[in-house]
Amino acid sequence: MIPFISTFVLSFFAYLFLTASQGEVLKLWSHYEIFAGIIIALIVAIFASQVLFQKRSYRLLNPYKWVLFLCYFFGPFLHALIKANIDVAYRVITGKINPGIVKISPQLKSDAAITMLANSITLTPGTLSVDIDEDNNDLYIHWINVTDLKPSIEDICGNFPEWVRRIAE
Amino acid sequence: MTILTIVLFLFLLIGIFFNGLGSVGLLRFPDVYTRLHATTKCTTFGSIFSSLSVIIFGFYFWKASGDAKFGVLALHTLVALICLIVTNPTGSHAIARAAHRSGVMPKRAVIDELKEANLK
Amino acid sequence: MTLLLSFFLITAVLITVFILMPLFRLISGPTIPDRVIALDTINTYIVAAMILYGAAFQEIIYIDVAIVYALLSYVATLYIAKYIERRAKDK
Repeated sequence: MIPFISTFVLSFFAYLFLTASQGEVLKLWSHYEIFAGIIIALIVAIFASQVLFQKRSYRLLNPYKWVLFLCYFFGPFLHALIKANIDVAYRVITGKINPGIVKISPQLKSDAAITMLANSITLTPGTLSVDIDEDNNDLYIHWINVTDLKPSIEDICGNFPEWVRRIAE
Repeated sequence: MTILTIVLFLFLLIGIFFNGLGSVGLLRFPDVYTRLHATTKCTTFGSIFSSLSVIIFGFYFWKASGDAKFGVLALHTLVALICLIVTNPTGSHAIARAAHRSGVMPKRAVIDELKEANLK
Repeated sequence: MTLLLSFFLITAVLITVFILMPLFRLISGPTIPDRVIALDTINTYIVAAMILYGAAFQEIIYIDVAIVYALLSYVATLYIAKYIERRAKDK
């Protein structure tokens, strides 16, 4: 029942977000739009309720984790993104590279956590996630400026694994 | 009004600079993985700033004139921006994995642990 | 107002011109993944340019098209990557 309700609420809010213009309800939607949205969200929830929570773990529904995610996105992530782009600009202009593929084991378990960490690594300075060992969730990372052949996790992505563990696990 | 103009001008300038840098990097770097570095980071960052200027423009004129058209413009741009931020790194991850599994190795690499690991 | 709209229009035209550089890589790229990267870059530019054109001409439908285009091009990139991987495995 929880997957059904959360899929319904999610698709209904996505619908409201995309159809907001003029109307009677809060000056943004008309009554017909709300009615059609409820019917469409019910249909989507009936057919797609098995997609979102395939492993039956409902920890992502906690609102505290959403706030934490926003803090992460606008704090350390944005800072690393700006640094990454200045770094890439420097390398495009000068052409100094020293690439290699290294391995780190962040010891994360859930799929959502490892996806978030891999996407964060791709957008942060000098690193790009290439492949994943699906047995123990080791990440293989292309590093554009190798300074250490056996790097620690702090060299690659700072304290991101701790943030991700608090948000998604 | 003038502060708004200056802020939007700066954001659009940053957007143009990084978008251009992404395609220059695509032409300049020697192999697939370093090209992915340039294009993924720079085009995502440049698109964030050029879309952010549209969002600020929309919300400002929504407040100022009360015309719902500007609000819709800002909200839909926000949705497009979220789609872009989520899908861009995932797509580049898929391309890098496919490139390595199809036998395109990084040039001038000092270490390649993925080749030694020999995943299935 | 008209000044801001002309800013948006100039930026959109410049980003459209930037598409020529990935196009060169798309035609000349030595390996297939290079071409896929160029295609992905062109898709990102088209989405960014479409958003700016939508703001410049005050047409919301352009931005709706940009959302759908971003999601569809993402699916296309994943599909091509999967195809390259499968072909390498079968060989």
